[in-house]
Amino acid sequence: MDITITTNKLEKNSLMKEALFQLKGNKPAIIGFLIIVSFLIMAFFAPFLTPFEPETQDISLRKMGPFISNHILGTDDFGRDLLTRIIYGSRISLTIGTISVGISLTFGILIGLVSGYYGGWFDNIVQRFVDIMLAFPYILLTIVIVALLGPSLTNAMIAIGISQIPSYIRVVRASVLAEKESDYVTAERSLGASNTELMFKSILPNCIAPIFVQATLGVGNAILSSAALSFLGLGAQPPTPEWGLMIASSREFVTSAWWIVTFPGVAVFLTVLGFNLLADGLRDVLDPRMRS
Amino acid sequence: MLKYILKRLSLLIPTLFGVITLVFFMIALAPGDPARVMLGERATAEQVELIRRELGLDKPLIVQYGLYMKRIIKLDLGKSIKSGQKVSEEIRDHFPATIELAIWAMIFSTIVGIFIGVLSATKKNSWIDFGSMTGALMGVSMPVFWLALVLIMVFSVNLDMFPTGGRMNIRFYFTPITGFYVFDGLLILIKTGDPKILFSALHHMVLPAIALGTIPLAIIARITRSSMLEVLNQDYIKTARSAGIKERIVIYRYALKNALLPIITIIGLQFGLLMAGAILTETVFAWPGLGKWVYHAIEARDYPAVQGGIIVISITFVLINLVVDILYSVVNPKIRLS
Repeated sequence: MDITITTNKLEKNSLMKEALFQLKGNKPAIIGFLIIVSFLIMAFFAPFLTPFEPETQDISLRKMGPFISNHILGTDDFGRDLLTRIIYGSRISLTIGTISVGISLTFGILIGLVSGYYGGWFDNIVQRFVDIMLAFPYILLTIVIVALLGPSLTNAMIAIGISQIPSYIRVVRASVLAEKESDYVTAERSLGASNTELMFKSILPNCIAPIFVQATLGVGNAILSSAALSFLGLGAQPPTPEWGLMIASSREFVTSAWWIVTFPGVAVFLTVLGFNLLADGLRDVLDPRMRS
Repeated sequence: MLKYILKRLSLLIPTLFGVITLVFFMIALAPGDPARVMLGERATAEQVELIRRELGLDKPLIVQYGLYMKRIIKLDLGKSIKSGQKVSEEIRDHFPATIELAIWAMIFSTIVGIFIGVLSATKKNSWIDFGSMTGALMGVSMPVFWLALVLIMVFSVNLDMFPTGGRMNIRFYFTPITGFYVFDGLLILIKTGDPKILFSALHHMVLPAIALGTIPLAIIARITRSSMLEVLNQDYIKTARSAGIKERIVIYRYALKNALLPIITIIGLQFGLLMAGAILTETVFAWPGLGKWVYHAIEARDYPAVQGGIIVISITFVLINLVVDILYSVVNPKIRLS
C-alpha cells in the first residue's frame, strides 16, 4: 500500500510541477493570470485605490467626460465616479463567479463521483436528469430559476450555480469512469481501502485536471451570466455597482455619453478574457491529448 | 440509416417528456402563490381566488400536473394572463422573428468563422493565426448585450449606417406573408418589383445578426482551426500536394471536407443556443421575437406564457440537436453503424 501511494503522490506532484513549468512558457495563460490578479487586487484594495465612494451622488458632476478631471473614466448620470464603481464592481463579479462555481463544483463533484463510481440505477437516474437539464439552453435555465426565486444578487448566484451543475457532473463522471478501472485503484481496493477512501482519496485527486479547467472557464461564464441577469433586471438591484447593471442603466446614454456604456463592458470583457486565457493555457498543459 | 433515425426519435420522447415535466414542477414549486404574484399585493382575496380557480391552482399538485400534460398533448398551452390571447398564437406570431434572426446570425458566423478558421490553420503560428485566434477568444469573452449596445453606438448613432432597432422601417406598411421579413420582401420584390421591403428588412438585420453571431463565430473559428490542423497533417493531403494539385483545391475540397464533422456538430449546437441567446439581443434591438416576448412574460409573471415559451424554446433546441445528430450520421457512417 505504501508503495502505491508514494508513486501516486509522486506522479501527482510531478504532474503539478510540470504543469506549472509549462504554464510559465504559455504566454496567453500568463496574460490571463495577470489580468485576474489585477482584478483581485482591485477587489481587495478597492477603498485604497480610489478617493471616491461608489454610491455617493453629486448631481453637479453629472455625465462628466473621461480623462478631463480627477474622475479619470468620467462620471455617470448621477455624478458618481465611474472608475470607482468599476473597481467596487470587481468585488461583486469575482464573488459571484467564485460562489456560483463553488455551488456547481460541490454538487457536481459529489453527484458525479458517486454516480460514476457506483454506476447502476443511481447513475442511470442521474444521467437522465442531466440529459433533461442539458436540454434547456443554459442561459434560459438561469433566467427562469432566478425569475422564480425572485430577482436579487444572491438568487442570481444560486441560479447560475444550479444551472451549471449538470456539466460538472458530466465532466467528473467521465473522468471517474476512466480512472476507476486503473491498476492503482484495483491495488488499493485489494489492500482493503473502503469505497469512500477510494472515491475521495484515490480517484478524485486524479480527476482534478479536467475539473480545474472546467472551473476556471466556469468563473468567466458565471461573471458573464451574472452581468446578463443584472442587465435584464434579474440580478443586482440599483444602486449596487454591478457591471451588468451599470451597462443596463447606461442604455439611454448611447447617444450622449459613450463612456458610461463602454467602460463597465470593458471591465466584464477583460475579466472573462482573463479566465478564458488561463483556462485555455491550463487545458493545453493538463490535457495530455492537447500536449502532443 | 432509418434504424438509426428511429432510435434517435425514440430517445426524443422521454427527453421531451422530462423537459415538460421539469418546467411544470419548476413553476409549480416556486416560492410564493403564482396567482398572488401575478395580481400584485393590492388584489383582493376574491380576485386571487378567481385566478387560482381559472388556472386550476386550487387542485392538488398531481391533478394539476395531469391536466397540464393532457393539455400539452393537445398542443394547448393555455391563455396568457396579460393579453388574454392564446399562448400558442402569441408564440406563433413571435417565432418567425427569432428564427429569422438566428438563421442570419448563423449564416454570418458560419461563413466568417470557417473562413477565419481555415486561414488560421493554413497559416499556423503566423501573425494572422495569432491575431484571429486572439480575436476569437475575445469574441467568446464579450457580453452580447454590451456588444449590441456598442454596435448601436458606433454604427447607428455615430455613423448613421444602420437603424437602432426594430425589424422594418415603420413607414413601410405591409402585411407579413410568412413572418420571415427578408423572405417576405423577396416575395414582394418578385410579385410587384418593389425592393424596398427586402432592403429595409436586410438593413435592420445586419447589427442584430452580427451581435448575436459573434460568440458562435468565435467558437466555429476555433473548432475549424483545430479540426483543419488535424486533417492537414494526414498523408493524403501530403500526397495531394506532392501531386501538384493547387493549394486552394487541396484545402477547400480535400481537407475542409474531412474537417467538417466537428464543425457541423458545433454549428448545430450553437444554433440551438442562439434561440436562448436571442433574449438579450432582442431586448437591446427592440426585436419583436420570442426571446423578448418570454422576457416580458417573465417580468409580468405571466406563468402560462412563461411555461409555453420555455417549452417551445427547449423543444426547438432538442429538435435542432436531433437534426444535427442525424446529419452527422449521414456524413459519418461510423456513428450510425456503432
